Parts: sequence; C-alpha cells; structure tokens
Amino acid sequence: MRFAIVVNEGPYTHQASDSAWQFAKAALAKGHEIFRVFFYHDGVNNATRYTVPPQDDRNLQKLWSELAAEHELDLVVCIAAAQRRGILDADEAKRQGKDGDNIAPGFRISGLGQLIEAGIQADRLVTFGD
Amino acid sequence: MSEKSRKKFLYLNRRAPYGSVYALESLEVVLIGAAFEQDVSLAFLDDGVYQLVEGQDTAGIGMKNFSKTYRALGDFEVRKLFVERESLEARGLKESDLMPIVWEDEDEDWAEKPSIAVVDKAAMAELIAASDVVLSF
Repeated sequence: MRFAIVVNEGPYTHQASDSAWQFAKAALAKGHEIFRVFFYHDGVNNATRYTVPPQDDRNLQKLWSELAAEHELDLVVCIAAAQRRGILDADEAKRQGKDGDNIAPGFRISGLGQLIEAGIQADRLVTFGD
Repeated sequence: MSEKSRKKFLYLNRRAPYGSVYALESLEVVLIGAAFEQDVSLAFLDDGVYQLVEGQDTAGIGMKNFSKTYRALGDFEVRKLFVERESLEARGLKESDLMPIVWEDEDEDWAEKPSIAVVDKAAMAELIAASDVVLSF
C-alpha cells in the first residue's frame, strides 16, 4: 500500500512525531511505500537541526533524517507554517534576510500543494497529532 | 485532472477561530487545495462552528480577522460547507447567527446559492465515512 503521513505536532511535547516515525518505519519494514511525510502546524518544528535533546533520550530529528536517507523518504515542511515558526532553508534565509538557516538533512521546504498531492496520490493519508 | 482521479476531500474544522492557529491554517490548505480540482467539502463541528459566526471582531485581541475569507470560498469553487446542528445547539447558536456564504451557479445565470447546510450528527458521520481524504483541524 502507498501511504502518506501528516505530522501536525512538534517533537517532545507530544508523542505524535514519535508515533508517525514508528508507523513509517513499520510500514516500510512490511514492504509498503511512503509517498511523502508532510509536516504542518507545529509539526514543522521537527525539521530544525538545532534541537539538542539529552544524550539518553531519542533525537527525533536525527531519527527522521536517518530514515529519510535510508529509504529516500520525501520529508516536506509546509513553507507558510515554517516561516511563522522560524524554520528556514538556505534559500529562504537569504530571501528573508536572516543570518542563518536551520533545516535538517533530508527535509525540504515546499508548499501546501504537496499535502493535497499526497492525499491524491496515496491510498491512505494518515495524520499524527491533532 | 480526469473525473476518475477526483477524490473526496473533507476538511474537518473543530476549533474556535481564535485561540489557536488551526482554523487559519485549515483555511490556507483549503485555498491552496482548491487549485487541484478535487471534490471538496468543509465540515464545522464542536467549537469549529464559531468559525462561521457573523460579526467577528478581533480588535481587542490583536489577531488578524480572517473571517471574510469564508465568504470568498465560492470563488474558489468550494461550495459545500456542512455545519453540525448539535454543535450549534450546544452553544446556543442558530443558523441565522452564521455568515451568509453563497456560491454563484453559472448554469442558472449566476444565481447565488447558499453554501452552508446544517446537518445532524448522523449525516455528519455519513459525510466523513464517504470521504476519501479527511484532514482534521
């Protein structure tokens, strides 16, 4: 089956991103396809590479980046939601006159059309976080 | 896009328009999604019914009043807004408290037709069950 995943909560406050990652990993292990993971609302905060959780805790950003590298996952961060919350890639940082970017490896910033397209293309769209 | 590949998209709006960003960011998805020519419905239930209340005034809270955008939905071919009757009643609201939202029917000389339909909980459940893609905000 071809899944699309939506993550609507940031890391650590809620378990949504953890659950989404576990779901993606389990689906891939069963041979399913992940068409795209779309990060919206506070979910965009999963995409900063500047999180530094305690060493004995999981590092969600790294888990997502590693899963993306291993399976060529398409991790898409909503640009409008990202701009409100300070998630920038190098191009956006330059365009907005900011002094640095913070997007983590494997993530890309794009528009909400990517969410609609995921809904169209996937057999199931699964949302994590309310 | 061919008729065959059209999917039924349902946007579930369950939160008040202010107090959290969900109503605004839901509307942003709806407006972008309109370009994809899918079969789109919006549902308003729980505190989400407040999103459509007429006469919203945000001057006192320093938030952008985006309620006018709902009236423009018809221009984006978004014509089906379902409001749950029980959610209205539980909040002491009537259909007449909601904004008049219309769309123009080009087959009938651009006659204005109401976009809002007040439906009961059972009809709402059927609507959700019949949808292909449900996005809840």
